[in-house]
Amino acid sequence: MIINHPLLGPRDAQEFTYLGDAALIDRPDGMAFPDATAAQDAFHDYLYLRDNPAGEHRELWFHEQGDRSWLVVTRNTVTHEITKVEFARDVARSRGRSK
Amino acid sequence: MTQENRIKGGQIDRTKTLRFTFDGHPYTGHPGDTLASALLANGVRLMGRSFKYHRPRGPLSAGSEEPNAIVELRTGARQEPNTRATVAELFDGLEANSQNRFPSLKFDLMGINDRLSPFFAAGFYYKTFMWPAAFWEKIYEPIIRRAAGLGSLTREEDPDQYDKGFLHCDILIIGAGPAGLMATLTAARAGARVILADEDFRMGGRLNAETLTVGNHSGADWAEDTVRTLAQMPNVRLMPRTTVLGAMDHGIYSAVERVSDHLPIPAPGKPRQILWRIYSAHAILAAGATERPIAFENNDRPGILLAGSLRTYANRYAVAVGDRVAVFTNNDDGLRTATDLQAKGIDIAAVIDTRQEGDLLPGIRHLKGAQVIDTKGKLGLKSITIRHANGRSETLSVNALGVSGGWNPNLNIASHHRGRPVWNDAIHAFTPPTGGPKNLTAAGAAAGALSTHAALQTGAAQANAALEALGLKTHTPDLPKAEDAPLNLTPFWYVGEGKGRAWIDQQNDVTVKDVKLAKQENFTSVEHLKRYTTLGMATDQGKTGNILGLAIMAELTGRSIPQTGTTIYRPPYTPVAMGALAGRSRGPEFKPTRLTPSHKWAAEQGAIFVEVGMWLRAQWFPKAGETTWRQSVDREVLQTRASVGICDVTTLGKIDIQGCDAGAFLDRVYANTFSTLPIGKVRYGLMLREDGIVMDDGTTARMGENEWVMTTTTANAVPVFRHLEYVRQCLYPDMDVQLISTTEAWAQFSVAGPNARKLLQKVVDQDISDAAFPYMACGNITVCGGLRARLFRISFSGELAYEIAVPTRYGDALIREMMKAGEEFGAVAYGTESLGVMRVEKGHVAGNELNGQTTALNMGLGKMVSKKKDSIGMVLSQREGLNADDGLRLVGVKPVDPSKPLTAGSHFLDIGAAPVAANDGGWLTSVVYSPHLKSSIALGYLKNGTARIGQKMRAVNLLAKTEVEVEIVSPHFFDPEGDRLRG
Amino acid sequence: MADHRLHPITPLGHDTPHSVTIGPVTITEVTDTALASLAARLGEGKAVADIADTAGIPLPGSGHAAQGATFAAFWLSPDMWMVEAPFATHEDIVAILKPHFGETASLTEQTDAWARFDVTAPDLPAMFERLCNFDLRAHGPGAATRTVIEHLGCYVVIRAPGHLSVLGPRSSAASLFHALETAARSAF
Repeated sequence: MIINHPLLGPRDAQEFTYLGDAALIDRPDGMAFPDATAAQDAFHDYLYLRDNPAGEHRELWFHEQGDRSWLVVTRNTVTHEITKVEFARDVARSRGRSK
Repeated sequence: MTQENRIKGGQIDRTKTLRFTFDGHPYTGHPGDTLASALLANGVRLMGRSFKYHRPRGPLSAGSEEPNAIVELRTGARQEPNTRATVAELFDGLEANSQNRFPSLKFDLMGINDRLSPFFAAGFYYKTFMWPAAFWEKIYEPIIRRAAGLGSLTREEDPDQYDKGFLHCDILIIGAGPAGLMATLTAARAGARVILADEDFRMGGRLNAETLTVGNHSGADWAEDTVRTLAQMPNVRLMPRTTVLGAMDHGIYSAVERVSDHLPIPAPGKPRQILWRIYSAHAILAAGATERPIAFENNDRPGILLAGSLRTYANRYAVAVGDRVAVFTNNDDGLRTATDLQAKGIDIAAVIDTRQEGDLLPGIRHLKGAQVIDTKGKLGLKSITIRHANGRSETLSVNALGVSGGWNPNLNIASHHRGRPVWNDAIHAFTPPTGGPKNLTAAGAAAGALSTHAALQTGAAQANAALEALGLKTHTPDLPKAEDAPLNLTPFWYVGEGKGRAWIDQQNDVTVKDVKLAKQENFTSVEHLKRYTTLGMATDQGKTGNILGLAIMAELTGRSIPQTGTTIYRPPYTPVAMGALAGRSRGPEFKPTRLTPSHKWAAEQGAIFVEVGMWLRAQWFPKAGETTWRQSVDREVLQTRASVGICDVTTLGKIDIQGCDAGAFLDRVYANTFSTLPIGKVRYGLMLREDGIVMDDGTTARMGENEWVMTTTTANAVPVFRHLEYVRQCLYPDMDVQLISTTEAWAQFSVAGPNARKLLQKVVDQDISDAAFPYMACGNITVCGGLRARLFRISFSGELAYEIAVPTRYGDALIREMMKAGEEFGAVAYGTESLGVMRVEKGHVAGNELNGQTTALNMGLGKMVSKKKDSIGMVLSQREGLNADDGLRLVGVKPVDPSKPLTAGSHFLDIGAAPVAANDGGWLTSVVYSPHLKSSIALGYLKNGTARIGQKMRAVNLLAKTEVEVEIVSPHFFDPEGDRLRG
Repeated sequence: MADHRLHPITPLGHDTPHSVTIGPVTITEVTDTALASLAARLGEGKAVADIADTAGIPLPGSGHAAQGATFAAFWLSPDMWMVEAPFATHEDIVAILKPHFGETASLTEQTDAWARFDVTAPDLPAMFERLCNFDLRAHGPGAATRTVIEHLGCYVVIRAPGHLSVLGPRSSAASLFHALETAARSAF
């Protein structure tokens, strides 16, 4: 596959490491829960409950043999067509993440 | 033997003669010959025995679709089985042998299988060898394999080199026939970067095999001129002898280039083959078409070929397969064989044409509505029996028969993304699917455009379409004039008459009867038909037989051919050598080797090295007189603890972490707190995965306000770095943190033992007294008169110890300097074995304990997980399931009898408990021999282990068949109070 | 630099840089260049650009390398570069750069993290198409990229027509050198 890197252009997927669902970006704040049970429930859902669509999927890829950017790649899991590639950092910020 | 069947013309170089042998007999041929054409020129038609029935077979084709003429090439280490003689380029000195025969090709004992054929019908193996099941592996399978196998492998290492490479182009054109050449010419003239790949050693495709004209030239001359023009263009890469194997995603194609297969041995340093990964924006499939046979009784005799291949042998290779020839056809293309051969002076006995309609060929006995119903000739065709339209039968004496059932477009690559081929009623064949690989189009015969004119026209048109998509200027070239005759095919798949066998898949010996049997047993889906009969499962992947088989199934089931469909086409297009897939990654070059900065010095000391991931590390340093590794390791450990030892620890991952938020960042990635660490101090850190399991551990040093150096375990350097980048970019995008690996930049040595400070003080320029440089201190220093260096007072061995780092280029000099400085203390170098002994004696965890299943609590480090801050894995590490009181705990283990050795991987069992899973108490993770305790000792995870310290258990290893009574002890065997490391 | 008493060795373990000529290709160990990574602190991109400009350090865009009078640099990742300077005068390169950038950038010594081999040949693409997927025919001097050569993450920097540098992990210098030699023999 070819991933169209936002800065470097088309790069072979062999240069990347795959992580999985980009929903991993939405990590809960471990200190933001009233008790341990609520925290564990939230982290359980965050870590283990993932969609596995046959179709468009937003996923995290790491350009390990490139510029070491984490990217959010929108890929059709059936056709492998890639319709969007974004810096994960930008996506994280757009989802309200900061420090 | 002379080349008795050689005729005039052809594209062979008669000025040179090549000598070769087949089954030990010497023959001659010419450059331009294949092994098959040269053998046929010498009158050799019998080239192999079939897979199952050991039927005598000769070539069916003149190309890569060949099912029958499968031979072994070369001898010794270069012996290569299962090679198609029809594409093996002849070279001087070639030694070829037939295979799957004993004792000889002409008299094959296994030919008995042919007589027993009623027992070997489709499904025979499934039905016969079912019982008893235990017989399969030991008895049935070896017998079947011996009887059925194809060629034999040399047991020697392949002496040749195989490369892998990467090519880039705007347009990849697959196939250099008229369509491919015209497409290349059109695209190249528009300035596109073009790669033209063709499996043949001579470009031109069918033009080389026909007498047709293109413009004012013969087709072959036009092809040669065009190739010469293209070769002059810098934006064109011509790749003959290159088979495109498959279509990957996003315009990537794999291809194998046979660089040296046509040479006796590759030139020095040159590869035998290259596996190319071709990146293309567009691709044009111009792979031509493959002729398909018609099935009739005994249609597999040597001398019966596809009609177009008979023509290829005559026109291209100047070989008459026989001197009296018949043609059996259901279309006009078959008639060309008769006219071409007759023009070469070959006697045409008859054209047997299944069609009732159409014009008769002038000057040839052209029999309409006739069929071939049987043949004779055990080792080669002698006669055919035909049934005339009026029902009369006749036997014709012929020694060659050309068969044409039509042409199947070579659409394989267009179907590699599972697109289903589309049936074309005009040519009665499947054409490429509409939903094939993106930006791949087909031209010429591969697209179903079978005439020369149509090939030229579609080649130019598809090139222009690709140019337009690329934004390049298109232009429609003046197409040279060429024939545009229709195929005029009336479908005819098999002759129904006769009780004998009519072959479909000649390589796997699948007959019309087998298809009927499959239908009878309700294996009517093509995928079932394939598995049940093995149709298309041989090395030729059914290039000639598949469509025939499924057309017969369609007829038997009353479905249409498109309803019946094809099986899935998968790469590779033709067989590819394992060596090409491996490339240069074999033997010691399977992966790169990483050498430590002290490697050269260690090798001079005679160190024994061990692979640790890609690293080669010194395992121990034998001294004169030491005969076992234990002697060396015991000495290294005892001397380090008694005085001082030095070990290269460069392999540990080092990550430079800087930025205003580096401390806060470390608090997130480590379970314990780092932001409070003072400048100039080091702290042990435990890193968790989000699920609460330990990911890695190591020390991190604060070198400045915003400057930190993290160490990781050797194995996890890369995953930890990836994880840190993930946390930085995906989770906390506004933290000011910058990361870079410095593992390779610094040569780092551990100096451990009571005399470590004394030794180092001779090297370090600054004061490193306990007051100036206390336990867990770190800092930038200089060594040996001013070289910048780093010093960390940390200890893995439990001794007074330091790690000292200098820029890597000075690592070799530093260890020499330190060993010299240590002479007065009897300093030793120690390797990974001693490192392991000392860390187990101290109860430090390492890879065996950090196995991806264990928590901080399991390791006895549960208190390190701070709940006052959020960190990766903090929340889920508190899960009930990971916090049971009777969960696994790290313990130490000693044999009750110190002379008994322990075995890593042994399981804890209570005294008297049966060795079953229900009684499993945990396992021994690391076992070493402690020269201090004069006993084997171990670390292990034991259920409720902390509470069981002092108890006796058994360590049982059912695989190693060992059982030792053990005492559970604290994991801190040596200096549990840590007085020594603070000394 | 202080004249300490330790003698360096090259990545291939020699006292002086090793060089080999295979047909039209020359492969040479290069040890006379100091390296440091330069990463702008968060929000300091402009400040870093200004300081670099004043200090004569070129900061090329993604996929590129640039050469200044003393300093050269190639792009590593967003807001991050590898700075090159003569080793003889800039061995402690971080100490030299730090006063310029202060707290606007993170600087890390990288000199010995890498083994550098300079390769010269009239037709470098013919050799490198057997090593990596970097399309040398489509790139000229000033192009720089990270790529994989025989499983090793390397930087390729095109210095001039027919001249490029390969920077690979120093511990694997021998493996990388062997790969370069093999490809040179294979291609020419």
